Amino acid sequence: MDFKLSDEQRMLEETVGRLVRDTYTFDARNKILESEQGFSTDMWNQFAELGLLGVPFSEEAGGFNGGGPELMVVAEGFGRGLVVEPYLATVVLSGTLIDKLGDDAQKEQWVSAIIGGETRFALAAYEARGRYDHTVVETSAKKDGDGYVLSGEKAVVLHGDSADQLVVIARTGGDADARDGLSAFIVDANADGVSRKGYPTIDGLHAAEITLSNVKVGADALLGEEGKAIDALEATLDLALITLCAEASGAMEVACDQTLEYIKERQQFGVPIGKFQALQHRMVEMRMELEKVRSITMLAACSLDAPADLRKKRISAAKAQVGKSGRKVAEEAIQLFGGMGMMEETPVSHYAKRIVMIDHWFGDREYHLGILETLIDVDDHAA
Amino acid sequence: MDINYTPEERAFRDEVRTFLNDKLPADISRKVKEHKRLGKEDTVRWQKILNEQGWLALHWPKEHGGTGWSPIQKHIFEEECAEAGAPTVLPFGVNMVAPVIIKFGTQEQKDYYLPRILRSDDWWCQGYSEPGAGSDLAGLKTRAVREGDHYIVNGQKTWTTLGQHANMIFCLVRTDPDAKKQEGISFLLIDMEKSEGITVRPLITLDGEHEVNEVFFDNVKVPVENLVGEENKGWTCAKYLLTFERTGIAGVGSSKAALAHLKQVAREQIVNGKPLIEEPHFRARLADVEMELMSLEMTNLRTVAAAEAGGVPGAESSFLKIMGTELRQEITDLFRRAAGPHALPFLPEELEGDFEGPYVGPEFAASVASRYFNFRKLSIFGGSNEIQKNIISKMILGL
Ligand SMILES: Cc1cc2nc3c(=O)[nH]c(=O)nc-3n(C[C@H](O)[C@H](O)[C@H](O)COP(=O)(O)OP(=O)(O)OC[C@H]3O[C@@H](n4cnc5c(N)ncnc54)[C@H](O)[C@@H]3O)c2cc1C
Repeated sequence: MDFKLSDEQRMLEETVGRLVRDTYTFDARNKILESEQGFSTDMWNQFAELGLLGVPFSEEAGGFNGGGPELMVVAEGFGRGLVVEPYLATVVLSGTLIDKLGDDAQKEQWVSAIIGGETRFALAAYEARGRYDHTVVETSAKKDGDGYVLSGEKAVVLHGDSADQLVVIARTGGDADARDGLSAFIVDANADGVSRKGYPTIDGLHAAEITLSNVKVGADALLGEEGKAIDALEATLDLALITLCAEASGAMEVACDQTLEYIKERQQFGVPIGKFQALQHRMVEMRMELEKVRSITMLAACSLDAPADLRKKRISAAKAQVGKSGRKVAEEAIQLFGGMGMMEETPVSHYAKRIVMIDHWFGDREYHLGILETLIDVDDHAA
Repeated sequence: MDINYTPEERAFRDEVRTFLNDKLPADISRKVKEHKRLGKEDTVRWQKILNEQGWLALHWPKEHGGTGWSPIQKHIFEEECAEAGAPTVLPFGVNMVAPVIIKFGTQEQKDYYLPRILRSDDWWCQGYSEPGAGSDLAGLKTRAVREGDHYIVNGQKTWTTLGQHANMIFCLVRTDPDAKKQEGISFLLIDMEKSEGITVRPLITLDGEHEVNEVFFDNVKVPVENLVGEENKGWTCAKYLLTFERTGIAGVGSSKAALAHLKQVAREQIVNGKPLIEEPHFRARLADVEMELMSLEMTNLRTVAAAEAGGVPGAESSFLKIMGTELRQEITDLFRRAAGPHALPFLPEELEGDFEGPYVGPEFAASVASRYFNFRKLSIFGGSNEIQKNIISKMILGL
């Protein structure tokens, strides 16, 4: 076992770290939040220039050939700065799914457009009825000549409001919640029949409710084999979960640091409040939660190549831990800041919001514990 | 031992219910139940209705227009009000400054302020906390210097709840900077409309709402008649007020109403073809909250019954504050979970009373995340839960 980052991984960490430290200040971020688009195109272009948009893609495609640990390193850095650009939506959720399912022509067209920063994507997978369950898909894709006609509704599509293109998960066969019969299509976000209700989310991002009514696509819109998208979709969602856990880990680290700094400085009763043992222990507990999240995120990030059951077990465990520990760290950070923790002008409140709400993306603690429950008999000794 | 309500108490409950049925305006209770924003007018309208009935001043002695109710009656009243979706009465006038005026004020102060409070003529706010004086309230620095028949006030208060609507503020100010911390403080009533030199600035909380403010005092002239109690004896008033601030602190009525609403939501939300309430994880947590609520309610009743038998609740009310606020916070956490991914959209316009839809997610989901974050305040204000534990350690455990 080796917990040290490789030289390449360390370079990646430094690149992201420097970018976030130098340009992603609290004030700069607030300006970005106020903009209608909700993220900065300048920042996006910088990601492209620095090669960050290519992290999970092969070198032949122009990428960095990164796996779980590389995405983890990037996402932790983003978490430290509460970066709001659509990295997860475009690169992880859509890009890697296209990379897994697409044919050469599709990859040539779309993966390079993602790496170059020219095209932004969103993955329209989840629906209101299924909540966090990606297999519950009622959106249909019916054969229509050479192509397909798509109809249905997608809920809380991350960055669906600003995306140029969508990857839509639709049913080409099977019952409403069957694993078989799911297909992935590339759909122009501005195509006829696509309507989007965009909105900000309370954790600083944007999302959209998307309705597809008789949206016509050609045969070349289908990614991979018809009805056989589930395995690639699940591998992609696992990657997204790792990214989210790592982002939470970075954000929790900053929340802990800021709280520690605050209780050292804030004076009440003639002493820094950090002198009160009652608060010292609370701070220690926050740090323990952070360490747990760091550790289990590493475990998850290094399990992408494990057998599917073990991979899912560890990744769901990580996401559930983030839900549990994140809530604790966020609530304690606000509490230890007192009234200041409740203020929008205090950075820690933004960290708290992001950390808590990460639980609502792609399955909350209860949802992932439910998956874990079905997998408790899977041998979890490291291979 | 008998945990049943007496026939008189049950009759009282019926009376309250009938009154709420007849008099609580439907548009107001709808806003309360759906967690919409309440305006100043809503609160004032409801306070006037209560006052007409003689039920506004729960904690005042009868001779000043109070109800003279027993603690059990007050408990029943609060429970019924919460269930019916009545707005919370603005506490600063009727439940905070009034008891202090009744106990320490001059006859002129009583004659002038108490009827105005009953009629909702004034909107009061509480000027205690300062940037440097939160938990350590006695560390406050706002200065009042006596000049002839006025005090000249300079300094800053902060976190002033609903100060944007207020025309009156009661303040703790320092009148003797040389005395020991608690001994140089006075209790002053300040007219925010008529005085010059007061600036109120909004503070925005993490849910994007404007609920608290900073209040700045720049050479504000306050007539000496506005001093309550003796000069430099304001800490006695402050401590006395605290015992009133903590009445009803357990929030049993609100928690019961919130839990009932949560169950209803969980029955209606269908997750994977089944009502959410049947989802084992969610159901287990509901049961846990139910259990905690039973314990809290009984602890609350035991405490108020003891208070009825003799004296005001003392440090025991600190238990109630901690248990009650933690429970209310837990319920907001469950609401957030009940909404699933639709807790994420942040659309403050959906919280306006006249918003008619369409909602992005289920209607109840519009407020859940904001409310969860907003309710973090419960364990911070009114004496933080850590300070309550310090009080219990010292006063009850003798540590
Ligand atoms: C939404 C909101 C509304 C408010 N409304 C009003 C209002 O209308 N009027 C008004 O006057 N004030 C109001 N307050 C202020 C409130 O009373 C203070 O926030 C509270 O007293 C805590 O003070 P602080 O914020 O300065 O935190 P601090 O006192 O700095 O405390 C920070 C943390 O340290 C802990 N701590 C402090 N001392 C100790 C100790 N000795 N031992 C252990 N832990 C300790 C606290 O519990 C807290 O967790 C409001 C606050 C909020 C958040």
